[in-house]
Order: sequence, then structure tokens, then C-alpha cells
Amino acid sequence: MNIHEFQAKALFEQYGVPVPKGASATTPEEVVNALAQLPEGPTMVKSQIHAGGRGKGTFTNGSKGGVKFCKTKHDAKEMSANMLGNTLVTIQTGPAGRKVQTVYFTVACDIKKEYYLAILLDRVSSRPVIVASTEGGVEIETVAHDSPEKIHKVVIDPAYGLADFQVRDLIFKLGLAGAEAKNAAKLIRNLYTMFWETDAAMVEVNPLITTPTGEVLALDAKVSFDSNALYRHPEIVSLRDLNEEDPKEIEASKYSLNYIALDGKIACLVNGAGLAMSTMDIIQHFGGTPANFLDVGGGASKDQVVAAFKIILGDKNVKGILVNIFGGIMDCNVIATGIVEAAKETGLTLPLVVRLEGNNVAAGKATLAASGLKLVSGESMADAAQKIVKLVA
Amino acid sequence: MSILITPETKILIQGITGEFGARHTKLSLDYGTKVVAGVTPGKGGQFFEHGAHRVPIFNSVADAAKATGATVSAIFVPPPFAGDAILECVDAGLDLAVAITEGIPIKDMIRVKRAMQGKPTRLVGPNCPGMVCAGTGKDSHGGCRIGIAPGYINKKGHVGVVSRSGTLTYEAVFQLTSKGIGQSTTVGIGGDPVNGTSHLDVVKLFAADPDTHGIIMIGEIGGNAEVEAARWLKANCNKPVAGFIAGATAPAGRRMGPAGAIVGGAEDTAAAKIAVFKECGIEVAVTPSDMADALLRAAKAKGVTLS
Repeated sequence: MNIHEFQAKALFEQYGVPVPKGASATTPEEVVNALAQLPEGPTMVKSQIHAGGRGKGTFTNGSKGGVKFCKTKHDAKEMSANMLGNTLVTIQTGPAGRKVQTVYFTVACDIKKEYYLAILLDRVSSRPVIVASTEGGVEIETVAHDSPEKIHKVVIDPAYGLADFQVRDLIFKLGLAGAEAKNAAKLIRNLYTMFWETDAAMVEVNPLITTPTGEVLALDAKVSFDSNALYRHPEIVSLRDLNEEDPKEIEASKYSLNYIALDGKIACLVNGAGLAMSTMDIIQHFGGTPANFLDVGGGASKDQVVAAFKIILGDKNVKGILVNIFGGIMDCNVIATGIVEAAKETGLTLPLVVRLEGNNVAAGKATLAASGLKLVSGESMADAAQKIVKLVA
Repeated sequence: MSILITPETKILIQGITGEFGARHTKLSLDYGTKVVAGVTPGKGGQFFEHGAHRVPIFNSVADAAKATGATVSAIFVPPPFAGDAILECVDAGLDLAVAITEGIPIKDMIRVKRAMQGKPTRLVGPNCPGMVCAGTGKDSHGGCRIGIAPGYINKKGHVGVVSRSGTLTYEAVFQLTSKGIGQSTTVGIGGDPVNGTSHLDVVKLFAADPDTHGIIMIGEIGGNAEVEAARWLKANCNKPVAGFIAGATAPAGRRMGPAGAIVGGAEDTAAAKIAVFKECGIEVAVTPSDMADALLRAAKAKGVTLS
């Protein structure tokens, strides 16, 4: 689960990670109140959406930049009017962009130097890892590619936690000394505590900055949480912003379906994440484009299949449907009954190819055949994919 | 033979009285698997009954193992308690814990894995379909089925299958069996970012198993586990290997369901992994429908008989 920058920074402050003073607003009235909390002077205006590349983004009304520097609070107010309620397109949002529902004002700081700091899971060691670099404010992937020696990693033993010597070592590698070193060490320790206590999946600060007066501040904040652990963090669940999620994905989650919208034409309904991904792959392999990822899980019920069809058909780009079920334990006839019911309930007119295999498959195929539905049966995954690609072309 | 388990392996079920655990215990018993004990704290002394089967239930894994000689556990307990259930197997000194549970917090698994370091117990999973070692009866009856995979699609034979994904494993096994090619052992290692047994661990076991003549390795985008296994195979194993990587069309940065498959950097994309497979002499399945055929091509090239 992702949260906004302003929410992440509030969490940072709770854990003693210094951030520039800031305030958020969702309406023009709130803008006035938010700005009243900040001192007069240079102010940053930052669009709050769950996507990166905001600074280099473009609004659909033509104005450039989702993150702007303003010399005065007055300018910041005018700038925010241009952002609130408008749609920002960045490299991560896709062409549809994301509507900016919240703006965040912060005091614009004097920057001495920018750094990069992140904490995430190191999959190789199965331990948390701190990643830091003297090259901040730029894409970390670029740094990793061009100058890997400038990336420092600290793997943390979960039995002990982050050790002081590890923090000292990292501080030296980043070339920090004096007050900066002391402040950075405290910040890193506090950020790690937050990462660990909140079950964060990733915490990224880019840039982390030093100021001419020796302060160390998190200028940006990107935090995501392990969704498996949300049950023990109601305070984090309350930060969820449904405006940032695809309504179809929200609907799907109500039925315990894993759905992710894509921009192709062939919808797919599959059991199992790996099989669902490879169904998308095989559609593409035969020249089609997948419209979604949809995993109905290992024990799908009839209701789930009906809900899945409705969600799929809510996507107007969809020109055909491929159902691929390997019913290992799940009864193929239950799926078949669900398909028939769903097709009738939704008045399905789009081409439908069904590939059923596994437990009680003969009964499932008989149910489909007796339904009077205009559907095509696929024998293997390859056969089914080729058939739906041809029908949609 | 097979790896890690045989049809004679005695297993216990943690969470045997839960709906999910009970359903799959019945299926395993029907398959002929030696389910000798169940564990549900507070229900010790009761029995799990299914047809003619009467499986004793114990309060702890240690009690169950001591009384019945079970060496392997299948874990079906809910996510908040699953980490603890794994550690209980370690404490009882079991050979193997197979964690089926989906949705265990990553932090719990980080701690569990650390606590297991240096201990003899092996973990498979979590969030996995489990393992199957086929029997010789009708529809492979009499085998050892640990977890949630369908037993009947298996066939006793000489191909080792290792995969992160459940249904994709069934797809591969089904293709093999349909072509008359049996399996030595099928291992679903699970899709979570922190898991016990890796692709590399399993292919090492397959490489050393004289009864395994060929290997199908199924992977996904994210991480470098398949790449690590592929490089080891190139240097250490001359058996025919087929590989498949799911997720070529997955959008960057999105988590695809519970599989935890996320495209992070340039090195863990499907294309990058497939390139490494090819470089390591692994026959790549072009589509998921091609997995068994890919292994047949690899076997033919090496003059190996699979069936």
C-alpha cells in the first residue's frame, strides 16, 4: 500500500526524522489556512499523487511541472490553483494521468548537498538493507548503472537490528562530518526504526539534503507498506487514498480478486498469479494485447466469477475475453456454472474463449456446451490464446 | 527415488482442524499419503476422522513428532500465526516444514529465516502449493502429497519440477503426464520475496538425485533466484533443463497478485532472465504451453531418455 508524500512526512516527524515545515490542502480555502502556517518566503508547491516523476510531469491543461518553486507564499497560492483539481501526467502515471486532489506546501530550503537514502528488503539475503548514495536528487537506477561505486549498502541483521558501527561506517562513506554526521546518524537510525515498526516495504528519501547550517532533512518521502502486515497497523490503513486506485481494482479487492488494469484489448480471467501472468504473456506472444491481470485465486466461487466478469466488462477497451482455468483442486464445473451465469447476467456479446482443464473438467465442458452461449473452447493455453487473438483482430 | 520426500514419508498437518487444512488433509489421505498426525493447540487428544482414517491430534509439533515419528509438517495456519508455526517445527527438530499459508507479513519471514540459520530443519514456502512425489497406483495414488497441489495429474517418473507458481506448476506437470513423462518430485517453492528453499537449493538436489533425469524450472519476474540457479546448473549439471519465466508483459513496478513478482531493476525482467537461461544452455519454453516440449527438445539434444 502506498501513501502520499505529506502523509509519509507526518510519519517521519513522529519518528524523529526531520523534514522541512509543510502543510497540505485539498481546497482553495484550505490553501489559505495551510499557507498561514508557513513563514513568508520561498515556498515549494508539490502535487500529491501516488506516482513518481512529478517534477517533470505535465498537466493536461498544458502547464508544466507538478512540483514548483515559488519565491513568495502569494506565488505559491496562485501556483496551487493551477494544480488542484487538474490532471498530472508523469512517466509513471500512464497517458491518462492522475487528478491532483491535494497540494502540499513546504518551506523551500537552502540546499548544500543532495544525497539518496532508502530502506527496503534485500531479496538475496532476506534482510533489510539501507541503500545510500552521495548522488541524490537524480534517478538512483541511473547512478547504479553509471557509477555503482557511489552506491553504499548496509545489510541489517534482524536478530540485532541496525548497529551503531554500521551507521558510523555509512556516514563516513557519505563523507559527512561534524554536526551533519551527528544529525544524519540520528536520522538514519530513526528512519530504520520507522521502517521496521510500521512493516514498511520501502522507504525512499530522494533527496536527503544537508543545509548550510548543518541540518539534515528529508526533502522528499516515498513510503509503501507490506499489505500482508496491514492487519496489525490500523493507523496506516487509515492513510489509504482510494482516489489513487483504479475503481475496478477496488471493486475486485472486495471479492478477493487480484485485478490490475492494463491497456490492451483481451481481458483474461485466470486462477493463480503465475498462470495469470503467463496468460497475459501468451496473448502477447500470439499478437494480441492483454487488457488486465486477473487472478481469481485457488478456490474461486461462482459469485467471484460473476464479479470478475462485471469488472472485466467495465473496461471499455475490452474486445474479447479469455478464460484460462487449471482446476487442480477447484471444480471446473463450478467455474463453468459461474461463466454461464455471468455471461447471461451481463448480456455478454463479446467473443469468449474458455480453456478449462483439471478436476471434473468433463462436467464443466458439458455445462458450457449445454448453455447455448456463443463461446469457443480452447484445448491448450496456446490454442485458446490463438483463438481469442483471431476473434478480436 | 525422489528429493526431500518419498511415498513413505510420515507427515503431520499444522492447522488440521481449520477449513483449509482439513480439506487438503482429506485429499492427501485419499491420495494415499501417510498423514500420521495433526496439530491444533487445545485440541490435543481428539482425532481427525475421514473415512477409515483416524488421525490423532496433538497440542504441539514436538508431541506429534515424538508420538508418531512424523518428520515433515504441512503448515495451514492463518498468516498472523504462521511464522510461529514454522519455528515450532524447527524447535521440534523436523526435517522439513512446508508452509502453504499465503499472506505472511514479510517482517515475520525475515525474522523466521534468521532464526532458522544453522538449524537442520528445511523450510519450503511460504505461499506455496507444496510438494508431490507420485505413487505407483492409479492416477499416481500412493504418493506423498504435501500441500494443495492436485495429486492425480502426477505420474511416477524422472523429471524434477521446481516453480514459484502453483497453477503454472500444475500446467507443467499436466503437460508432462499427458505426454507419458513422469516426475520424480514436484516442488513449489512459493512466490513470496522471503522464502525458505530457493530454486538453487532445489536444482542442486535434482542434480544430485540419480532418479531425476531432467528438470523443468519455472520462474517469474523479480529477484535473481532463477538466474542464480541457471548459472549453477551451467557449471555443475549436465542434465537436460527446460525453463520458463512468467511476466514478460507485466507492467513495471506493479505487484501481480500475491506472487510478489515485481519488476524492479533491469536485471530481473523476464527478458533478462530468459537471456541468462539461454546463455546457460537451458531450453526456454516460448510459451507456457511449450514447457514439456522444451524439456523434450533439451533431452533429445543431450541424448537423455526421460520416460
